[in-house]
Amino acid sequence: MPSEDAAPPLDVDQILADPGVRIVVCCGAGGVGKTTTAAALALRAAERHGRRTVVLTIDPARRLAQSLGLTELDNTPRRVKGIDVEASGGELHAMMLDMKRTFDDVVLQHTDPAKAAEIFANPFYQAMSSTFAGTQEYMAMEKLGQLHARGEWDLIVVDTPPSRSALDFLDAPARLSRFLDGRMLRLLLAPARTGGRSMFSFVTAGFGMFSKAVQKVIGAQLLTDLSGFVAALDSMFGGFRQRAEQTYRILQARETAFLLVAAPEPDAVREAAYFAGRLREERMPLAGLVLNRVHEPAVPRLTAADSLAAAERLAVEGGHEGTVEVLRAHATLAQQAVRERRVAAQFTEAFPTVPTVSVTAQPADVHDVDGLRTIGEAISRR
Amino acid sequence: MVTGKGGTGKTSVAAALALGLAAGGRRTLLVEVEGRQGIAQLFGTDPLPYEERHLTDAPGGGEVRALAVDAEEALLEYLDMFYKLGAAGRALRKFGAIDFATTIAPGLRDVLLTGKVKEATTRTNGQRRTYDAVVLDAPPTGRIGRFLNVTAETARLAKVGPIKTQSEGVSVLLRSPITAVHVVTLLEEMPVQETVDAIAELTQLGFPVGRVIVNGARPPVPAGRAVTAAELKRGLSAAGLPADGRTVAGLVEEARDQQVRRELEDSLRADLVELGLPLTELPLLPEGVDRAGLETLAAALVRAD
Repeated sequence: MPSEDAAPPLDVDQILADPGVRIVVCCGAGGVGKTTTAAALALRAAERHGRRTVVLTIDPARRLAQSLGLTELDNTPRRVKGIDVEASGGELHAMMLDMKRTFDDVVLQHTDPAKAAEIFANPFYQAMSSTFAGTQEYMAMEKLGQLHARGEWDLIVVDTPPSRSALDFLDAPARLSRFLDGRMLRLLLAPARTGGRSMFSFVTAGFGMFSKAVQKVIGAQLLTDLSGFVAALDSMFGGFRQRAEQTYRILQARETAFLLVAAPEPDAVREAAYFAGRLREERMPLAGLVLNRVHEPAVPRLTAADSLAAAERLAVEGGHEGTVEVLRAHATLAQQAVRERRVAAQFTEAFPTVPTVSVTAQPADVHDVDGLRTIGEAISRR
Repeated sequence: MVTGKGGTGKTSVAAALALGLAAGGRRTLLVEVEGRQGIAQLFGTDPLPYEERHLTDAPGGGEVRALAVDAEEALLEYLDMFYKLGAAGRALRKFGAIDFATTIAPGLRDVLLTGKVKEATTRTNGQRRTYDAVVLDAPPTGRIGRFLNVTAETARLAKVGPIKTQSEGVSVLLRSPITAVHVVTLLEEMPVQETVDAIAELTQLGFPVGRVIVNGARPPVPAGRAVTAAELKRGLSAAGLPADGRTVAGLVEEARDQQVRRELEDSLRADLVELGLPLTELPLLPEGVDRAGLETLAAALVRAD
């Protein structure tokens, strides 16, 4: 019964149609349908609202990717064919983030080819560009910055990486750019040069010891590689931080709309609440919450208890097996709906002014454009 | 080790397994490594410290203890063991150096986490192991191969030294018969796909895969046919429930959705059966996972063993 929802309704169409909105960021915990939501919104923006849209996906399910015509990691947006944009004049382009290639591009942009080749050959760079905690988040931000800078899109819809915590999307870029800025690295590699202020001498002494300990524990080879990496990257340090800060400012601007995506499960709702709090702190524009996979019985008047009691009576009586089964299934559905409302209320109570829309659980998984269109209609309640 | 795609309920399953294995006077340790405080949230307790704590009693006089391993703390503990850092260690943490060191080398982080699990698993009190079983709420399927394969990750970093020795010890334990990696899934397309992929990866890396655990399962579709509106109307009337057109149509719609869902579930279940591993189904708990629910899951897991 959506009428019971205390939160104001989220009007997704208003956001997608607003020419002032240039970026929609979908974020939330893993496994809540974030990628599907991003793709469905992008499709709707193109088909319904005639916008030249690009959707940046991070790690889409194979069949979803195929439905968008994406067959491999490919850092260039490809036009999605077979969609219905004749009337609206919109376009939909899609791309999958290639983390390594994005990183390579950044390096190439900031340094000469000889130095770039040196960096690419460094084993530490190779490890970091594919496994560094936070690289994916950083590169997603970087790619968003690039797409935005090109200015050829009316709307960029971004799916965020399936991080350990949704907050990593906001934190990792800063952490990585801080790291790439090299202050800590320089300290670690050349502890002797950092002395001076008495206030820090204790820390510096600790650092010398730490550096030695780290050398002993992880071996000198890593530090050598690291040292080479730092030397090669030296010219690029300023650039990394500047870019991360630029993207950060874009995310704070009015042209951006954050959509939280959650499912009515305690973990996902908790993540969404954390994220809403963080966005408020960072003064980033939160447009609303999309609550996916909500179960709503088609007959809300019939309670779980009544349904179950009736099923038991009929089962004893016999002769109504079909009805017994339907009533039991209805009872499960009704119980689930009650529980889900209770879970979702935890978000609404903490953030009563955040507009919310519930999207009913689809009986089957989505892996074609028709399915995405159906989801888009459900999100916009049409 | 309990892994699974995000959102499949692997923390609940890990907790239920720890509870089930502790039943009848045994003692287990439930460990988490991702800083999510998922165990505390599940049991409604304060955030867990980096310290083994009594979590709950198990039926029949058993005990479950819990531990949230923190990579920073583990590194400090570890360095302290070898180098006596003392106050300097605390200063380093304040300075962010520890976070930094574990971040530049993700393999280092993982070997510290799994190293702690190894230590707890092999610890003894006199002649007896401290824990009858250690259950790890492990990272999700997308990261599990890299997380467990510590030697490959650290080999890149350390050719000699204590980290290398440590990671080799962990590697032997994780590939031995006392380890089992269980994969939790839902009967949904993405989690099943990730389960299949993760099992292929784990097998290839030589880790012993235990069972596939289907969470939130409903029984397979009965062989019968879809109920008709007329049949339902008669049934509802017989049960004394409203049998008006809207109610009947609504229930028929619900039944149809269920049928679609279940047919998909059956085909996904068949994909899982094809893996040739033991398959355990845990019932859907429509009220959510509370204490009673955990015990239901625990009983189902132990029964299956």
